[in-house]
Amino acid sequence: MNHPALEVRDLRKVYPVAVTEDCPDGEFTALYRESFTLAPGGSLAVVGESGSGKTTCARLIVGLERATSGAVLVDGVERGRGRTSSARRRRRGREVQIVFQDPYSSLDPRQRVRDCLAEVLTLHFDMDARQRDGRVAELIDQVGLDERQAGALPRALSGGQRQRVAIARALAAEPKVLILDEAVAALDVSIQAQVLNVLADVREATGVAYLFITHDLAVVQQVCDDVVVMRSGRIVERGPVADVLERAAHPYTRRLLASVPRPGWTPRRRTTEGRPPVPSGHPLPPVSETKEPLP
Amino acid sequence: MSVLQLAAAPGSPEITSRAYRFGALTAVACAVVTLLTLAAVFAPAVAPYDPTQVDPSAVYQGPGGAHLLGTDDVGRDILSRLLYGARASLLGPAIVVVVAAVVGTLVAVSAAWIGGRFDAFVSRGLDVIFAFPGLVLAIVAVAVIGPGLMAPAAALSISYVPYIARVLRTAAIRQRNLPYIAALEVQGFGAAAICARHLVPNLLPLLIVQATVAFGYALLDLSAVSFLGLGTQPPAPEWGLMVANGQPSIVAGHLEQSLSAGLTIVIAVVAFNLLGQGLSRVFLGEDR
Repeated sequence: MNHPALEVRDLRKVYPVAVTEDCPDGEFTALYRESFTLAPGGSLAVVGESGSGKTTCARLIVGLERATSGAVLVDGVERGRGRTSSARRRRRGREVQIVFQDPYSSLDPRQRVRDCLAEVLTLHFDMDARQRDGRVAELIDQVGLDERQAGALPRALSGGQRQRVAIARALAAEPKVLILDEAVAALDVSIQAQVLNVLADVREATGVAYLFITHDLAVVQQVCDDVVVMRSGRIVERGPVADVLERAAHPYTRRLLASVPRPGWTPRRRTTEGRPPVPSGHPLPPVSETKEPLP
Repeated sequence: MSVLQLAAAPGSPEITSRAYRFGALTAVACAVVTLLTLAAVFAPAVAPYDPTQVDPSAVYQGPGGAHLLGTDDVGRDILSRLLYGARASLLGPAIVVVVAAVVGTLVAVSAAWIGGRFDAFVSRGLDVIFAFPGLVLAIVAVAVIGPGLMAPAAALSISYVPYIARVLRTAAIRQRNLPYIAALEVQGFGAAAICARHLVPNLLPLLIVQATVAFGYALLDLSAVSFLGLGTQPPAPEWGLMVANGQPSIVAGHLEQSLSAGLTIVIAVVAFNLLGQGLSRVFLGEDR
Protein backbone atom coordinates (compact mmCIF):
# COMPACT_ATOMS: atom_id res chain seq x y z
CA MET A 1 0.00 0.00 0.00
CA ASN A 2 1.23 3.44 -0.90
CA HIS A 3 1.41 5.75 2.07
CA PRO A 4 2.01 9.46 1.78
CA ALA A 5 5.51 10.47 2.92
CA LEU A 6 3.90 12.75 5.47
CA GLU A 7 0.37 12.88 6.72
CA VAL A 8 -0.87 15.49 9.15
CA ARG A 9 -4.16 14.35 10.64
CA ASP A 10 -6.47 16.68 12.57
CA LEU A 11 -3.48 18.47 14.08
CA ARG A 12 -4.41 21.03 16.68
CA LYS A 13 -2.33 23.26 18.92
CA VAL A 14 -3.67 25.44 21.69
CA TYR A 15 -1.47 27.67 23.83
CA PRO A 16 -2.54 28.84 27.25
CA VAL A 17 -2.36 32.62 27.44
CA ALA A 18 -3.29 35.28 29.93
CA VAL A 19 -7.03 35.92 30.08
CA THR A 20 -7.73 39.28 28.45
CA GLU A 21 -10.72 40.90 26.76
CA ASP A 22 -9.60 39.61 23.38
CA CYS A 23 -9.19 36.16 24.74
CA PRO A 24 -11.67 35.46 27.52
CA ASP A 25 -11.07 31.70 27.70
CA GLY A 26 -7.31 32.05 28.22
CA GLU A 27 -6.48 30.02 25.15
CA PHE A 28 -4.91 30.87 21.86
CA THR A 29 -5.40 28.38 19.06
CA ALA A 30 -2.37 28.40 16.77
CA LEU A 31 -3.65 25.54 14.66
CA TYR A 32 -7.24 24.27 14.32
CA ARG A 33 -7.66 20.56 13.54
CA GLU A 34 -6.02 20.71 10.15
CA SER A 35 -5.00 17.85 7.88
CA PHE A 36 -2.88 17.57 4.76
CA THR A 37 -0.67 15.02 3.06
CA LEU A 38 2.61 15.12 1.22
CA ALA A 39 3.36 12.49 -1.43
CA PRO A 40 6.73 10.67 -1.42
CA GLY A 41 9.19 12.85 -3.31
CA GLY A 42 6.56 15.59 -3.50
CA SER A 43 6.84 19.23 -2.63
CA LEU A 44 4.15 20.97 -0.67
CA ALA A 45 4.13 24.64 0.21
CA VAL A 46 2.47 25.99 3.30
CA VAL A 47 1.96 29.70 2.76
CA GLY A 48 0.51 32.41 4.89
CA GLU A 49 1.50 35.58 6.64
CA SER A 50 3.36 35.80 9.94
CA GLY A 51 1.21 34.39 12.69
CA SER A 52 -0.84 32.19 10.40
CA GLY A 53 0.32 29.04 12.20
CA LYS A 54 2.70 27.68 9.60
CA THR A 55 5.80 27.64 11.80
CA THR A 56 3.80 26.08 14.67
CA CYS A 57 2.79 23.41 12.20
CA ALA A 58 6.45 22.75 11.32
CA ARG A 59 7.51 22.57 14.97
CA LEU A 60 4.71 20.12 15.72
CA ILE A 61 5.70 17.89 12.83
CA VAL A 62 9.37 17.66 13.83
CA GLY A 63 8.45 17.22 17.49
CA LEU A 64 9.89 20.42 18.94
CA GLU A 65 6.43 21.06 20.35
CA ARG A 66 3.63 18.77 21.42
CA ALA A 67 0.32 18.88 19.62
CA THR A 68 -2.81 19.38 21.70
CA SER A 69 -4.44 16.68 19.61
CA GLY A 70 -4.08 14.98 16.26
CA ALA A 71 -1.33 12.93 14.70
CA VAL A 72 1.63 13.15 12.38
CA LEU A 73 2.32 10.07 10.25
CA VAL A 74 5.43 9.37 8.23
CA ASP A 75 5.10 6.55 5.71
CA GLY A 76 1.83 5.61 7.38
CA VAL A 77 3.41 5.19 10.82
CA GLU A 78 2.52 7.58 13.60
CA ARG A 79 5.42 9.55 15.00
CA GLY A 80 5.80 9.16 18.73
CA ARG A 81 5.55 12.23 20.88
CA GLY A 82 7.41 13.55 23.87
CA ARG A 83 10.23 11.83 25.74
CA THR A 84 11.34 8.51 24.43
CA SER A 85 14.25 6.11 24.17
CA SER A 86 17.37 7.12 22.31
CA ALA A 87 16.73 4.53 19.59
CA ARG A 88 13.27 5.89 18.91
CA ARG A 89 14.59 9.45 19.02
CA ARG A 90 17.13 8.56 16.36
CA ARG A 91 14.47 6.84 14.26
CA ARG A 92 12.35 9.97 14.43
CA GLY A 93 15.37 11.98 13.34
CA ARG A 94 15.58 9.86 10.23
CA GLU A 95 11.93 10.48 9.36
CA VAL A 96 11.73 14.25 9.28
CA GLN A 97 14.43 16.91 9.27
CA ILE A 98 14.16 20.68 9.31
CA VAL A 99 16.12 23.68 8.06
CA PHE A 100 15.46 26.88 9.96
CA GLN A 101 15.18 30.42 8.75
CA ASP A 102 18.16 32.07 10.41
CA PRO A 103 21.42 30.90 8.87
CA TYR A 104 23.46 32.72 11.51
CA SER A 105 22.28 30.73 14.51
CA SER A 106 21.47 27.41 12.86
CA LEU A 107 25.00 26.08 13.27
CA ASP A 108 27.17 25.56 16.34
CA PRO A 109 29.67 28.44 16.09
CA ARG A 110 32.47 26.24 17.47
CA GLN A 111 32.04 23.32 15.11
CA ARG A 112 33.64 22.95 11.70
CA VAL A 113 31.31 22.04 8.85
CA ARG A 114 32.90 18.64 8.36
CA ASP A 115 32.65 17.74 12.06
CA CYS A 116 29.05 18.88 12.15
CA LEU A 117 28.13 16.45 9.36
CA ALA A 118 30.30 13.64 10.73
CA GLU A 119 28.59 13.96 14.12
CA VAL A 120 25.17 13.42 12.56
CA LEU A 121 26.43 10.47 10.49
CA THR A 122 27.92 8.87 13.60
CA LEU A 123 24.58 9.20 15.36
CA HIS A 124 22.52 7.56 12.65
CA PHE A 125 24.77 5.13 10.81
CA ASP A 126 27.25 2.45 11.62
CA MET A 127 30.15 3.54 9.42
CA ASP A 128 33.92 3.32 9.65
CA ALA A 129 35.96 6.51 9.43
CA ARG A 130 36.65 6.12 5.71
CA GLN A 131 33.00 5.60 4.80
CA ARG A 132 32.08 8.55 6.94
CA ASP A 133 34.62 10.85 5.32
CA GLY A 134 33.34 9.73 1.93
CA ARG A 135 29.75 10.46 2.84
CA VAL A 136 30.69 13.88 4.28
CA ALA A 137 32.45 14.76 1.02
CA GLU A 138 29.38 13.58 -0.89
CA LEU A 139 27.04 15.75 1.16
CA ILE A 140 29.35 18.77 0.88
CA ASP A 141 29.39 18.31 -2.87
CA GLN A 142 25.64 17.76 -3.06
CA VAL A 143 24.89 21.18 -1.59
CA GLY A 144 27.55 22.89 -3.69
CA LEU A 145 30.23 23.63 -1.11
CA ASP A 146 33.96 23.03 -1.57
CA GLU A 147 36.78 21.44 0.42
CA ARG A 148 37.92 24.70 1.95
CA GLN A 149 34.43 25.55 3.22
CA ALA A 150 34.11 22.03 4.63
CA GLY A 151 37.01 22.76 6.97
CA ALA A 152 35.72 26.19 7.97
CA LEU A 153 33.93 27.41 11.06
CA PRO A 154 30.46 28.88 10.45
CA ARG A 155 31.69 32.44 11.03
CA ALA A 156 33.87 32.16 7.93
CA LEU A 157 30.84 31.34 5.77
CA SER A 158 28.21 33.57 4.20
CA GLY A 159 24.50 33.25 4.95
CA GLY A 160 23.87 31.24 1.80
CA GLN A 161 26.79 28.92 2.53
CA ARG A 162 25.62 28.36 6.08
CA GLN A 163 22.16 27.51 4.84
CA ARG A 164 23.74 24.96 2.50
CA VAL A 165 25.50 23.44 5.51
CA ALA A 166 22.19 23.30 7.38
CA ILE A 167 20.64 21.53 4.38
CA ALA A 168 23.56 19.08 4.23
CA ARG A 169 23.23 18.38 7.96
CA ALA A 170 19.52 17.67 7.52
CA LEU A 171 20.18 15.43 4.52
CA ALA A 172 22.88 13.53 6.39
CA ALA A 173 20.12 11.73 8.30
CA GLU A 174 18.58 10.67 4.95
CA PRO A 175 15.10 11.79 6.04
CA LYS A 176 11.95 11.00 4.10
CA VAL A 177 10.68 14.52 4.60
CA LEU A 178 12.63 17.77 4.78
CA ILE A 179 10.87 20.80 6.23
CA LEU A 180 12.20 24.15 5.05
CA ASP A 181 10.93 26.72 7.52
CA GLU A 182 11.43 29.99 5.63
CA ALA A 183 14.81 28.54 4.79
CA VAL A 184 15.60 31.02 2.03
CA ALA A 185 13.77 34.03 3.44
CA ALA A 186 16.88 35.52 5.05
CA LEU A 187 18.96 35.24 1.88
CA ASP A 188 19.18 37.81 -0.88
CA VAL A 189 17.45 37.00 -4.13
CA SER A 190 20.36 35.67 -6.19
CA ILE A 191 21.53 33.44 -3.33
CA GLN A 192 17.92 32.34 -2.83
CA ALA A 193 17.81 31.15 -6.42
CA GLN A 194 21.06 29.20 -5.98
CA VAL A 195 19.83 27.49 -2.82
CA LEU A 196 16.49 26.68 -4.47
CA ASN A 197 18.39 25.10 -7.36
CA VAL A 198 20.40 23.02 -4.90
CA LEU A 199 17.13 21.90 -3.31
CA ALA A 200 15.63 20.98 -6.67
CA ASP A 201 18.73 18.92 -7.52
CA VAL A 202 18.69 17.21 -4.14
CA ARG A 203 15.05 16.24 -4.54
CA GLU A 204 15.76 14.76 -7.93
CA ALA A 205 18.76 12.83 -6.63
CA THR A 206 17.40 11.55 -3.31
CA GLY A 207 13.61 11.51 -3.66
CA VAL A 208 13.17 13.37 -0.36
CA ALA A 209 9.83 15.14 0.02
CA TYR A 210 9.78 18.86 0.83
CA LEU A 211 7.47 20.76 3.07
CA PHE A 212 8.09 24.39 2.26
CA ILE A 213 6.98 26.80 4.95
CA THR A 214 7.08 30.22 3.34
CA HIS A 215 5.36 33.53 2.80
CA ASP A 216 7.01 34.00 -0.57
CA LEU A 217 4.76 32.99 -3.45
CA ALA A 218 7.56 33.41 -5.97
CA VAL A 219 9.43 30.61 -4.17
CA VAL A 220 6.28 28.48 -4.18
CA GLN A 221 5.91 28.87 -7.93
CA GLN A 222 9.50 27.87 -8.49
CA VAL A 223 9.79 24.70 -6.43
CA CYS A 224 6.46 23.35 -5.23
CA ASP A 225 3.84 21.01 -6.67
CA ASP A 226 1.05 21.68 -4.23
CA VAL A 227 0.16 24.48 -1.91
CA VAL A 228 -1.80 24.94 1.28
CA VAL A 229 -2.82 28.47 2.23
CA MET A 230 -3.12 29.16 5.94
CA ARG A 231 -4.65 32.06 7.77
CA SER A 232 -5.01 32.42 11.54
CA GLY A 233 -4.47 28.73 12.18
CA ARG A 234 -6.82 27.47 9.50
CA ILE A 235 -6.22 26.13 6.01
CA VAL A 236 -8.29 28.36 3.75
CA GLU A 237 -7.31 26.97 0.36
CA ARG A 238 -5.39 24.04 -1.06
CA GLY A 239 -4.53 22.46 -4.38
CA PRO A 240 -1.87 22.21 -7.09
CA VAL A 241 0.28 25.35 -7.23
CA ALA A 242 -0.77 26.28 -10.77
CA ASP A 243 -4.47 26.07 -9.94
CA VAL A 244 -4.29 27.96 -6.69
CA LEU A 245 -2.08 30.71 -7.98
CA GLU A 246 -4.10 31.23 -11.17
CA ARG A 247 -7.62 30.65 -9.96
CA ALA A 248 -7.46 31.54 -6.30
CA ALA A 249 -10.91 31.09 -4.85
CA HIS A 250 -10.35 32.47 -1.39
CA PRO A 251 -10.12 36.25 -1.04
CA TYR A 252 -7.16 35.88 1.35
CA THR A 253 -5.20 33.95 -1.27
CA ARG A 254 -6.08 36.57 -3.84
CA ARG A 255 -4.79 39.26 -1.56
CA LEU A 256 -1.57 37.37 -0.88
CA LEU A 257 -1.15 37.06 -4.63
CA ALA A 258 -1.88 40.73 -5.18
CA SER A 259 0.88 41.60 -2.74
CA VAL A 260 3.61 39.96 -4.86
CA PRO A 261 5.53 42.59 -6.82
CA ARG A 262 5.33 41.96 -10.55
CA PRO A 263 6.56 43.69 -13.72
CA GLY A 264 5.13 47.16 -13.93
CA TRP A 265 5.02 47.47 -10.17
CA THR A 266 6.14 50.87 -8.94
CA PRO A 267 7.93 50.93 -5.61
CA ARG A 268 6.29 53.21 -3.13
CA ARG A 269 8.26 56.38 -2.70
CA ARG A 270 8.99 57.96 0.61
CA THR A 271 7.73 61.49 0.16
CA THR A 272 10.50 63.98 0.64
CA GLU A 273 8.99 67.03 -1.11
CA GLY A 274 5.43 66.76 0.06
CA ARG A 275 4.47 64.42 -2.77
CA PRO A 276 1.81 61.93 -1.81
CA PRO A 277 2.86 58.28 -1.88
CA VAL A 278 1.82 56.34 -5.00
CA PRO A 279 -1.16 54.36 -3.76
CA SER A 280 -1.11 51.69 -6.48
CA GLY A 281 2.39 50.65 -5.57
CA HIS A 282 1.69 49.47 -2.06
CA PRO A 283 3.85 46.36 -1.87
CA LEU A 284 2.24 44.46 0.98
CA PRO A 285 -1.25 45.33 2.10
CA PRO A 286 -1.52 44.44 5.75
CA VAL A 287 -4.33 42.15 6.73
CA SER A 288 -5.91 44.80 8.92
CA GLU A 289 -6.69 46.93 5.85
CA THR A 290 -9.38 44.56 4.82
CA LYS A 291 -10.93 45.57 1.52
CA GLU A 292 -13.00 42.49 1.10
CA PRO A 293 -14.76 40.94 4.04
CA LEU A 294 -13.04 37.73 5.01
CA PRO A 295 -14.99 34.81 6.39
CA MET B 1 56.35 47.56 18.42
CA SER B 2 53.50 49.85 19.30
CA VAL B 3 49.86 48.89 19.20
CA LEU B 4 49.33 51.06 16.11
CA GLN B 5 52.09 49.29 14.25
CA LEU B 6 50.61 45.99 15.31
CA ALA B 7 47.23 47.02 13.97
CA ALA B 8 48.75 48.04 10.65
CA ALA B 9 50.80 44.88 10.33
CA PRO B 10 49.55 42.32 7.85
CA GLY B 11 48.12 39.09 9.16
CA SER B 12 44.93 38.03 10.85
CA PRO B 13 42.92 41.14 11.69
CA GLU B 14 41.10 39.14 14.32
CA ILE B 15 44.23 38.25 16.27
CA THR B 16 45.46 41.82 16.00
CA SER B 17 42.25 43.25 17.38
CA ARG B 18 42.24 40.63 20.12
CA ALA B 19 45.79 41.58 21.07
CA TYR B 20 44.71 45.20 21.09
CA ARG B 21 41.71 44.58 23.30
CA PHE B 22 43.80 42.47 25.67
CA GLY B 23 45.69 45.60 26.65
CA ALA B 24 48.86 46.25 28.63
CA LEU B 25 47.15 46.13 32.02
CA THR B 26 45.80 42.65 31.37
CA ALA B 27 49.23 41.55 30.20
CA VAL B 28 50.68 42.71 33.53
CA ALA B 29 47.87 40.97 35.42
CA CYS B 30 48.50 37.81 33.44
CA ALA B 31 52.22 37.99 34.28
CA VAL B 32 51.47 38.47 37.98
CA VAL B 33 49.10 35.49 38.06
CA THR B 34 51.67 33.37 36.23
CA LEU B 35 54.45 34.42 38.63
CA LEU B 36 52.32 33.65 41.69
CA THR B 37 51.46 30.24 40.29
CA LEU B 38 55.10 29.50 39.50
CA ALA B 39 56.06 30.63 43.02
CA ALA B 40 53.57 28.19 44.50
CA VAL B 41 54.73 25.31 42.34
CA PHE B 42 58.47 25.93 42.61
CA ALA B 43 58.60 27.35 46.16
CA PRO B 44 61.17 24.76 47.37
CA ALA B 45 63.49 25.65 44.49
CA VAL B 46 63.25 29.44 44.67
CA ALA B 47 62.79 30.12 48.38
CA PRO B 48 66.12 31.09 49.97
CA TYR B 49 65.25 29.62 53.42
CA ASP B 50 63.09 27.01 55.05
CA PRO B 51 59.80 28.88 55.75
CA THR B 52 59.41 27.35 59.21
CA GLN B 53 63.07 27.68 60.24
CA VAL B 54 63.18 29.67 63.47
CA ASP B 55 66.38 31.68 64.01
CA PRO B 56 66.59 33.51 67.39
CA SER B 57 69.73 35.29 66.26
CA ALA B 58 67.96 36.93 63.30
CA VAL B 59 64.73 38.28 64.79
CA TYR B 60 63.23 41.41 63.16
CA GLN B 61 65.90 41.85 60.53
CA GLY B 62 65.04 44.71 58.19
CA PRO B 63 64.71 44.24 54.45
CA GLY B 64 67.88 43.78 52.44
CA GLY B 65 71.03 41.91 53.35
CA ALA B 66 70.68 38.18 53.90
CA HIS B 67 66.88 38.40 54.08
CA LEU B 68 65.42 40.27 51.10
CA LEU B 69 62.14 41.13 52.82
CA GLY B 70 63.45 40.80 56.35
CA THR B 71 62.49 38.34 59.08
CA ASP B 72 59.56 38.03 61.46
CA ASP B 73 59.29 37.94 65.25
CA VAL B 74 60.96 34.52 65.49
CA GLY B 75 63.52 35.06 62.76
CA ARG B 76 61.78 33.29 59.86
CA ASP B 77 62.53 34.61 56.36
CA ILE B 78 59.46 36.56 55.17
CA LEU B 79 60.14 36.09 51.45
CA SER B 80 60.39 32.32 51.87
CA ARG B 81 57.16 32.32 53.86
CA LEU B 82 55.41 34.36 51.15
CA LEU B 83 56.63 31.99 48.44
CA TYR B 84 55.59 28.87 50.34
CA GLY B 85 52.43 30.67 51.47
CA ALA B 86 51.37 30.97 47.84
CA ARG B 87 50.64 27.23 47.96
CA ALA B 88 47.90 27.30 50.60
CA SER B 89 46.79 30.79 49.57
CA LEU B 90 46.19 29.77 45.94
CA LEU B 91 45.14 26.15 46.52
CA GLY B 92 42.12 27.24 48.59
CA PRO B 93 40.62 29.56 45.96
CA ALA B 94 41.46 27.00 43.27
CA ILE B 95 39.37 24.38 45.08
CA VAL B 96 36.56 26.87 45.59
CA VAL B 97 36.53 27.98 41.96
CA VAL B 98 36.79 24.49 40.45
CA VAL B 99 34.00 23.08 42.63
CA ALA B 100 31.80 26.15 42.14
CA ALA B 101 32.42 26.11 38.38
CA VAL B 102 31.56 22.43 37.99
CA VAL B 103 28.51 22.53 40.24
CA GLY B 104 27.44 25.95 38.93
CA THR B 105 27.63 24.79 35.32
CA LEU B 106 25.64 21.63 36.04
CA VAL B 107 23.00 23.61 37.92
CA ALA B 108 22.80 26.38 35.32
CA VAL B 109 22.64 24.10 32.30
CA SER B 110 20.08 21.73 33.79
CA ALA B 111 17.90 24.64 34.92
CA ALA B 112 18.12 26.23 31.48
CA TRP B 113 17.46 22.94 29.71
CA ILE B 114 14.57 21.67 31.81
CA GLY B 115 13.07 25.10 32.45
CA GLY B 116 9.63 25.57 33.96
CA ARG B 117 9.18 24.84 37.66
CA PHE B 118 12.57 23.21 38.03
CA ASP B 119 14.22 26.36 36.73
CA ALA B 120 12.14 28.53 39.06
CA PHE B 121 13.01 26.29 42.01
CA VAL B 122 16.74 26.32 41.20
CA SER B 123 16.77 30.08 40.67
CA ARG B 124 15.14 30.74 44.05
CA GLY B 125 17.58 28.31 45.66
CA LEU B 126 20.50 30.19 44.16
CA ASP B 127 19.04 33.46 45.43
CA VAL B 128 18.90 32.03 48.95
CA ILE B 129 22.55 30.91 48.85
CA PHE B 130 23.51 34.23 47.27
CA ALA B 131 21.86 36.10 50.13
CA PHE B 132 23.85 34.15 52.72
CA PRO B 133 27.30 35.69 53.34
CA GLY B 134 30.07 33.30 52.32
CA LEU B 135 32.27 34.24 55.28
CA VAL B 136 29.55 33.40 57.78
CA LEU B 137 29.03 30.04 56.11
CA ALA B 138 32.79 29.44 56.23
CA ILE B 139 32.92 30.20 59.94
CA VAL B 140 29.98 27.87 60.58
CA ALA B 141 31.79 25.15 58.63
CA VAL B 142 34.92 25.63 60.74
CA ALA B 143 32.80 25.40 63.90
CA VAL B 144 31.37 22.10 62.69
CA ILE B 145 34.33 20.47 60.94
CA GLY B 146 37.24 22.23 62.61
CA PRO B 147 39.85 24.73 61.39
CA GLY B 148 42.09 24.15 58.39
CA LEU B 149 42.02 24.76 54.66
CA MET B 150 39.28 22.30 53.76
CA ALA B 151 36.33 23.40 55.88
CA PRO B 152 36.26 27.04 54.74
CA ALA B 153 37.08 26.02 51.16
CA ALA B 154 34.14 23.60 51.11
CA ALA B 155 31.81 26.23 52.56
CA LEU B 156 32.93 28.91 50.12
CA SER B 157 32.56 26.44 47.25
CA ILE B 158 28.86 26.34 48.01
CA SER B 159 28.48 30.05 48.43
CA TYR B 160 30.32 30.73 45.14
CA VAL B 161 27.99 28.48 43.12
CA PRO B 162 25.43 31.30 42.55
CA TYR B 163 28.16 33.65 41.25
CA ILE B 164 28.82 31.20 38.45
CA ALA B 165 25.36 29.66 38.02
CA ARG B 166 23.28 32.83 37.78
CA VAL B 167 25.33 34.31 34.94
CA LEU B 168 25.70 30.99 33.17
CA ARG B 169 21.99 30.17 33.40
CA THR B 170 21.04 33.32 31.50
CA ALA B 171 23.58 32.55 28.79
CA ALA B 172 22.51 28.90 28.68
CA ILE B 173 18.87 29.88 28.17
CA ARG B 174 19.93 32.10 25.29
CA GLN B 175 21.86 29.21 23.71
CA ARG B 176 19.05 26.76 24.41
CA ASN B 177 16.67 28.80 22.29
CA LEU B 178 18.98 29.03 19.29
CA PRO B 179 18.01 26.98 16.24
CA TYR B 180 21.25 25.00 16.23
CA ILE B 181 20.20 23.32 19.47
CA ALA B 182 16.73 22.65 18.04
CA ALA B 183 18.38 21.14 14.94
CA LEU B 184 20.40 18.77 17.14
CA GLU B 185 17.25 17.77 19.03
CA VAL B 186 15.45 17.06 15.77
CA GLN B 187 18.40 14.90 14.69
CA GLY B 188 17.75 12.73 17.73
CA PHE B 189 20.69 13.64 19.96
CA GLY B 190 20.01 13.25 23.67
CA ALA B 191 19.95 16.21 26.04
CA ALA B 192 23.16 15.16 27.80
CA ALA B 193 25.06 14.84 24.52
CA ILE B 194 23.83 18.20 23.23
CA CYS B 195 24.75 19.92 26.49
CA ALA B 196 28.16 18.31 26.82
CA ARG B 197 29.23 18.66 23.20
CA HIS B 198 27.59 21.91 22.14
CA LEU B 199 25.96 23.95 24.86
CA VAL B 200 28.68 23.90 27.52
CA PRO B 201 31.56 24.50 25.07
CA ASN B 202 29.73 27.60 23.88
CA LEU B 203 29.45 28.79 27.49
CA LEU B 204 33.11 28.13 28.22
CA PRO B 205 34.44 31.65 27.52
CA LEU B 206 31.90 33.12 29.93
CA LEU B 207 32.68 30.41 32.49
CA ILE B 208 36.42 31.15 32.36
CA VAL B 209 35.81 34.87 32.83
CA GLN B 210 33.47 34.32 35.77
CA ALA B 211 35.82 31.78 37.37
CA THR B 212 38.83 34.09 37.06
CA VAL B 213 37.05 36.99 38.76
CA ALA B 214 35.64 34.62 41.39
CA PHE B 215 39.17 33.34 42.08
CA GLY B 216 40.24 36.79 43.28
CA TYR B 217 37.25 37.14 45.59
CA ALA B 218 37.67 33.61 46.94
CA LEU B 219 41.32 34.38 47.68
CA LEU B 220 40.25 37.46 49.63
CA ASP B 221 37.58 35.55 51.56
CA LEU B 222 39.90 32.66 52.44
CA SER B 223 42.62 35.11 53.53
CA ALA B 224 40.06 36.71 55.83
CA VAL B 225 39.21 33.30 57.29
CA SER B 226 42.91 32.61 57.90
CA PHE B 227 43.38 36.08 59.36
CA LEU B 228 40.75 35.15 61.92
CA GLY B 229 42.78 32.04 62.69
CA LEU B 230 40.18 29.64 61.33
CA GLY B 231 41.96 28.59 58.16
CA THR B 232 45.45 27.22 57.66
CA GLN B 233 47.04 26.72 61.08
CA PRO B 234 50.49 27.94 62.18
CA PRO B 235 53.33 27.37 61.74
CA ALA B 236 52.37 26.63 58.08
CA PRO B 237 52.77 29.79 55.98
CA GLU B 238 49.67 31.43 54.51
CA TRP B 239 49.22 35.08 53.51
CA GLY B 240 46.14 35.89 55.58
CA LEU B 241 47.70 34.14 58.57
CA MET B 242 50.93 36.14 58.10
CA VAL B 243 48.99 39.43 58.22
CA ALA B 244 47.52 38.33 61.55
CA ASN B 245 50.84 37.04 62.90
CA GLY B 246 52.55 40.31 62.10
CA GLN B 247 50.02 42.38 64.01
CA PRO B 248 51.80 42.45 67.42
CA SER B 249 55.06 43.40 65.70
CA ILE B 250 53.44 46.47 64.14
CA VAL B 251 53.18 48.00 67.59
CA ALA B 252 56.91 47.41 67.96
CA GLY B 253 57.51 49.23 64.69
CA HIS B 254 58.17 46.16 62.52
CA LEU B 255 55.74 46.40 59.61
CA GLU B 256 57.50 43.95 57.30
CA GLN B 257 55.47 40.79 57.87
CA SER B 258 51.92 42.20 57.83
CA LEU B 259 52.66 44.73 55.14
CA SER B 260 54.33 42.35 52.70
CA ALA B 261 51.67 39.66 53.16
CA GLY B 262 48.86 42.22 52.89
CA LEU B 263 50.33 43.74 49.75
CA THR B 264 50.73 40.29 48.22
CA ILE B 265 47.04 39.60 48.83
CA VAL B 266 46.04 42.93 47.29
CA ILE B 267 48.27 42.41 44.26
CA ALA B 268 46.94 38.89 43.74
CA VAL B 269 43.27 39.88 44.03
CA VAL B 270 43.68 42.88 41.74
CA ALA B 271 45.60 40.76 39.22
CA PHE B 272 42.85 38.11 39.06
CA ASN B 273 40.24 40.83 38.72
CA LEU B 274 42.06 42.60 35.91
CA LEU B 275 42.75 39.31 34.18
CA GLY B 276 39.06 38.46 34.34
CA GLN B 277 38.16 41.83 32.84
CA GLY B 278 40.75 41.43 30.10
CA LEU B 279 39.55 37.93 29.25
CA SER B 280 36.01 39.25 29.19
CA ARG B 281 36.99 41.85 26.59
CA VAL B 282 38.77 39.23 24.51
CA PHE B 283 36.24 36.39 24.75
CA LEU B 284 33.00 38.28 25.07
CA GLY B 285 33.89 41.68 23.66
CA GLU B 286 32.60 43.56 26.66
CA ASP B 287 33.68 45.28 29.85
CA ARG B 288 32.38 44.04 33.12
